Amino acid sequence: MRALLDRLAPLALGLIGLALWEGLTRHYAVPVYVLPGPLLIAQTLWQDGASLLGALWITLRITALALLAATLGGVLLAVVMAQSRLVERSLFPYAVIAQVTPVVAIAPLIIIWADNTTLALVICAWIVAFFPIVAATMTGLNAAEKNLRDLFRLYGAGRWQTLQLLRAPAALPYFLTGLRVSGGLSLVGAVVAEFVAGTGGAETGLAFRILESGYRLQIPRLFAALVLLAAAGIAIYVALDLLSRLLLRRWHDSALKDRG
Amino acid sequence: MSAASPLLRLQDITHLYGGGKGRTLLALDGVSLEVGHGDFLSLLGPSGCGKSTLLRLIAGLETPSSGAIAWPDGKPVPGDIGFVFQEPTLMPWASVADNVRLPLRLTRRRAMPADIQAVLDLVGLRDFAGAYPRELSGGMKMRAALARALVTRPRLLLLDEPFAALDEITRFKLNEDLLRIWRERRCTVIFVTHSVFEAAFLSQRVAVMSPRPGRILAEEAIDLPALRVSELRTNAAYSAICRKLSDRLASGMGETP
Repeated sequence: MRALLDRLAPLALGLIGLALWEGLTRHYAVPVYVLPGPLLIAQTLWQDGASLLGALWITLRITALALLAATLGGVLLAVVMAQSRLVERSLFPYAVIAQVTPVVAIAPLIIIWADNTTLALVICAWIVAFFPIVAATMTGLNAAEKNLRDLFRLYGAGRWQTLQLLRAPAALPYFLTGLRVSGGLSLVGAVVAEFVAGTGGAETGLAFRILESGYRLQIPRLFAALVLLAAAGIAIYVALDLLSRLLLRRWHDSALKDRG
Repeated sequence: MSAASPLLRLQDITHLYGGGKGRTLLALDGVSLEVGHGDFLSLLGPSGCGKSTLLRLIAGLETPSSGAIAWPDGKPVPGDIGFVFQEPTLMPWASVADNVRLPLRLTRRRAMPADIQAVLDLVGLRDFAGAYPRELSGGMKMRAALARALVTRPRLLLLDEPFAALDEITRFKLNEDLLRIWRERRCTVIFVTHSVFEAAFLSQRVAVMSPRPGRILAEEAIDLPALRVSELRTNAAYSAICRKLSDRLASGMGETP
C-alpha cells in the first residue's frame, strides 16, 4: 500500500500540474508563442515526432560517444593519477582547469580546430562530462580500507594485483556515482556544443531544432523538443542507475533493498 | 621452549612514530623477546602500549627505528605469516570463499576448492563459502578472517585483539576454537590482547607490557593443562594466574596492587 502510494504520489502531482497548466493557459488565453498548453505540445510532438526523433538520435549519438570517451578517458586518467602522488599533483590542476572553463567559451575554438563537426561536438561534450568520473574514481581508488591494503602488502601483492583485486573493486561504487553524473552532463554538453556550433544542414541535433523553433516562434515545437530532451536525460539516468544497482547488488549498501 | 633456536628473536626493538612538525612519539622502548616454534604467546598490555605496533613490526608491515628482528630459520616469505586484524577486514565485494582464497592468489599458489573448503571447515564456516561478508554476524566474519589467515598454512599466526569487539559468549567460543586450531595446525601464535583472562586462558606464555612507551615488564609461563576447556574459567589455578597477571599489569601502570 505504502509502496503504491510512493509511486503514485509523484505521478499524481505531475498530472495535477499539467492540468493546472492547461487550465490556466486556456483561462487567460495565453498566446501559443508565449506559452502553449501541454495538450498542444503533445499534439506537436505527435505531428513532428519523426523529424524530432531523428534530431534526438543525432544528439544521443554525440552524448553516447562523449560518455564513452569520458568513461574511458576518465578511468584511465584516474588510474594513472592514483599511481603516484607526484603524477596526481602534476595532472589534476589541468583536469580542474578543463572542468571550470565554460565549454561555451572554448567550443568555438574546438569547432575551428576539429575538421569534422561530430568530432568537435563530441570533444565539447567530453570536456563537460569527464571530470566527475575522474574525481569520483580517484577517490574510490584510494578508498580501500587501510588494513586491507596492509594485508595485500603482507602477501607481497604487486601494483597490478592491488589495482585489480583491491583498488578497482573498492572504486566501483564511486565510479558508478561519477558515471551517473557524467551521463547527464554528456547530454548537457552535447546540447550546449550543438547550440554553439549552430550548424544547419542535414545532420542537426535536437539543440539546433530548439534554436530554429525559437527563431521561427514555433514555441509548441520548441517545447516538444524540450520534452524529448528531458525524457532522454531521464532515460540515461535510469539506465545508469539500473547498471549501478546490478553491479553492486550483492555487496554494496547503496544497492541493498533492506537498507534504512 | 626447547633449547633449539627460536622462530624469531626481537633484539632491543625501539620504535618512534613521526607525529608531524618534528614531534615524535616513542611507541616501543627496548623490547627484546624470543618466540619459540609452536609457542602461543600473548602480548598483554593497556591500550596504546605499542603491542599492535610490535605485531606490525614482526609482520614486516613497518620497520623498527632501531633494533632487529632475527629469524634463525630464515626470513619469512609471503604466506609464512598470517595476520588477523582487530576488524574482520574482509573484501565486501567478494564471497567468503573468495576472501579466503585471496592470500593464495596473491602469493600465486594453487587454490584448490577442497583446500578452501577444508580451512572453512576448520573455522566452522562449512556452509558459508558462498555468503557475502554483510550476510555474516561479527563472530562469523572473524572466523572468515581467521580462515583467510590460515589458508597458506603459515608458520606464524599474528592476531591483533581479534575478538575484542565480540560479545562474551562468542569470544569464549572463538577462544576455544582458536586453541583447537593451534593444536591441529601446530603453528606459532602471537596474540595481542588487553584482557588478562583471555591471555591466561589461551597462552603458553604471556609477555606483560607497560603503557607507552611499551616495554616488556614480565614474561610469565602459564602453567595450565594443555587441553583447555570452558571449565577452566572457574578453576582456582586459572584465577591465581589471572591475579598474578593483573598485578604485573597494575605495577606497570604505577599503581600498587
